[in-house]
Amino acid sequence: MAPILKLIAQRLALGVLLLLAVSVLIFAGTQILPGDVAQSILGQSATPQALANLREAMGLNDPAYVRYFKWLGGVLTGDLGTALSSGQDIATSIKGRLWNTLFLAFWAAIVSVPLAIILGLLAVRYRNGFVDKLISGLALASTSLPEFLIGYVLVFFFAVKLQWFPGISTVYEGMPFGQRMQAIALPATALTLVVLAHMMRMTRAAILNVMQSAYVETAELKGLSAFNVIRKHAFPNAIAPIINVVMLNLAFLIVGVVVVEVIFVYPGMGQYLVDHVAKRDVPVVQAVGLIFAAVYIGLNIIADIAAIIANPRLRHPK
Amino acid sequence: MANLATPSDNLLDIRNLRIEAKVYPPGEEPRNITLVHDVSLTLKKGKVLGLIGESGAGKSTIGLSSLGYGRGGVRITGGQVFINGRDILTSGKSGIRKLRGREVCYVAQSAAAAFNPAHRLMDQVVEASLLHGTGTRAQAEKRAVALFKKLSLPDPENIGKRFPHQVSGGQLQRVMTAMALCSEPDLIVFDEPTTALDVTTQIDVLAAIKDAIRDTGVAALYITHDLAVVAQVSDEIMVLRHGRLVEWGGTRQIIKEPRQEYTNQLVSVHEITHEEQKPGTTPFLSVKNVTAAYGGGAVKVLKNVSVDIYPGQTLAVVGESGSGKSTLARAVTGLLPPLEGNVTFAGRPLANRLADRTKDDLRQLQMIYQMADVAMNPRQTVGTIIGRPLEFYFGMRGKQRDARVAELLDKIEMGKGFIDRYPAELSGGQKQRVCIARALAAKPKLIICDEVTSALDPLVAHGILELLLELQKEEQVAYLFITHDLATVKSIADSIAVMYRGEVVRYGSKSEVLKPPFDAYTELLLSSVPEMEIGWLEKAIKGRRMESAGN
Repeated sequence: MAPILKLIAQRLALGVLLLLAVSVLIFAGTQILPGDVAQSILGQSATPQALANLREAMGLNDPAYVRYFKWLGGVLTGDLGTALSSGQDIATSIKGRLWNTLFLAFWAAIVSVPLAIILGLLAVRYRNGFVDKLISGLALASTSLPEFLIGYVLVFFFAVKLQWFPGISTVYEGMPFGQRMQAIALPATALTLVVLAHMMRMTRAAILNVMQSAYVETAELKGLSAFNVIRKHAFPNAIAPIINVVMLNLAFLIVGVVVVEVIFVYPGMGQYLVDHVAKRDVPVVQAVGLIFAAVYIGLNIIADIAAIIANPRLRHPK
Repeated sequence: MANLATPSDNLLDIRNLRIEAKVYPPGEEPRNITLVHDVSLTLKKGKVLGLIGESGAGKSTIGLSSLGYGRGGVRITGGQVFINGRDILTSGKSGIRKLRGREVCYVAQSAAAAFNPAHRLMDQVVEASLLHGTGTRAQAEKRAVALFKKLSLPDPENIGKRFPHQVSGGQLQRVMTAMALCSEPDLIVFDEPTTALDVTTQIDVLAAIKDAIRDTGVAALYITHDLAVVAQVSDEIMVLRHGRLVEWGGTRQIIKEPRQEYTNQLVSVHEITHEEQKPGTTPFLSVKNVTAAYGGGAVKVLKNVSVDIYPGQTLAVVGESGSGKSTLARAVTGLLPPLEGNVTFAGRPLANRLADRTKDDLRQLQMIYQMADVAMNPRQTVGTIIGRPLEFYFGMRGKQRDARVAELLDKIEMGKGFIDRYPAELSGGQKQRVCIARALAAKPKLIICDEVTSALDPLVAHGILELLLELQKEEQVAYLFITHDLATVKSIADSIAVMYRGEVVRYGSKSEVLKPPFDAYTELLLSSVPEMEIGWLEKAIKGRRMESAGN
């Protein structure tokens, strides 16, 4: 097998293993908490007999590993269990919300990733000058501000004062695309501002690192303009660390949106999670935790594989 | 004196060039230093001028000024640089960009580092031509292939499709020359283009560059520290020192009748006369049938190697890069445990693995490396660096230790004043001397010297070799001296092992190994060492061709 395929297969296998380990952790974590599902359903006033009956009916008396494999088997076949608080099927209620979260993350990423990379390139081009300091300063400021503050500032100006966008990002099924975009404009902007600086500064640092190389000097001595030297000769060699940090931020856009979703009352995964943590709805927390872990691991595997593919030594062995 | 108008036959005319840089010495205020002091030179179309000098002479800095380029914080602060009659220093950024890669091209010392690893060779070779609009892509590629052929690269039609890491160092250097020639410039700056190559590769690349210069009629600035090399390709030679002109004249005049004392020093052959010692009766260290490999036995780099080292004598190991010289050192020190065979020391076998050796065994074998500056902790003073083995092996403390450090500093001909200095404050030669003192501090039986003079200027290297011989007499220490430089071998060795592809192909006392008849490889090595003689290159190449045709 070509070494590159072997490496990629290794990464994928490692990702699956990691996800299994995480599922064990999540399951174990919810077991350590005092009380169990039967207790939660029946509440404080339950009689011991009723508790025992329910435990028997739900299989809670089985050993932990049996329950784990039952749960895992359910997850693998698309059955995430039933929410305690509402009695609804978790998979069904998550589907729409996951889609909403991905939709928001997608548009935030479409704006923030190219913007961060272009700003990073510009910062390198004008390094240590006014433009570099301005870009770095603004990006750092936007990241240092907590997202709830950014969220409320955006709402104040663009929803209350200017009334360009709605302050509450309600979306529903069958909503026309244009309206949907208008609804997510503010949360997407808030998310962009949060993740921008990290990616931009990493792009800048990774490219600056490469700028010391002899081949960058060669390119300069061919008469290429400063920006083309960076774009054609420095950037392709800095791509692996950049992809890594981009993927970390994409993961944040999906799993870290809790606060932003709550501020804008956006019906995504974050809000769903917060609601059910408050209600101590363990099956839902487990399911959402597993999905978030899967997203995180998946994106990091993509980053690893992209870095492998970006390396010409692996792509074109001797 | 026609100072205002440039004579039209001068392609390059540098007048009173002054170049400065800001330096940041440790613990001091940053200050300006002048790297080049009012140097002037002219170069006619199609001619080759060699710039020669030790490191810090300003030769690369002057060469790059003809592209309007200053490395790092280097600034051109005075003088004029005319190319084709235009002062490029006043032509602005876009003027300089139009010049670079079009009228003046650059060939770097290490082509392996100067090619972008992310792009195919052809894309990089034709890049400047396309940028400056000297033809379509098809035309540029056609020119490139023709140049690959001229530079005798293998498979010229397809080599451009490869990535830099798929091509050897010597070939990359030739591709880089083709890259410089591809946009049909008037001037090429060659910056030590063969310094990083093995002697046997250097001679091929040198011949290829020389032919290409002759056939294309391009002018060249050829920068090197090796007079023997520059004598082969240059019409004129300019000797520089500390950023000042020492002497400028025709190649024959410079190497045959130098007028300045400094040039004379560079030109005269610095042979150290070292009386060969006859091997004693019993070697104290024997390498017996050692086979070693990397990657868990996958890549065998040493094959059945046996050599002996006698007390107080020097075994020189010579060969090209990749011949297994350094791996032999790693096997002896235990850094790379041999797959088969073993190393005996004082009549008993040494543990193969470093971790299994006793402290005293470790003390007996010390190492000195090629890159002295990375072999020392930059945050420790010279006193701490030399004192460390004294504490570690002998438990010396306080005054006793300091006295011994001072004694060692004296031995390496550096005064007590150096005890509190940091490595960054030392010159290259001084750093290597400190490394020698550190090795000596352990009172070892054997010091392994891995290319210890390769990174040094010839005159400094000469001093280091003399010191090593002197210390050998005083301390009765043996050396395993790894080098690719046959001149060094002649001046220091008692016995020689010639290595080729992991095997010892010739082994014996110095006089036996250097006495004809030679095996093919030793012959090739010996005939590839540049000699300071005009026409040596052609003669050497011709000699090799006859030999290969005769075989």
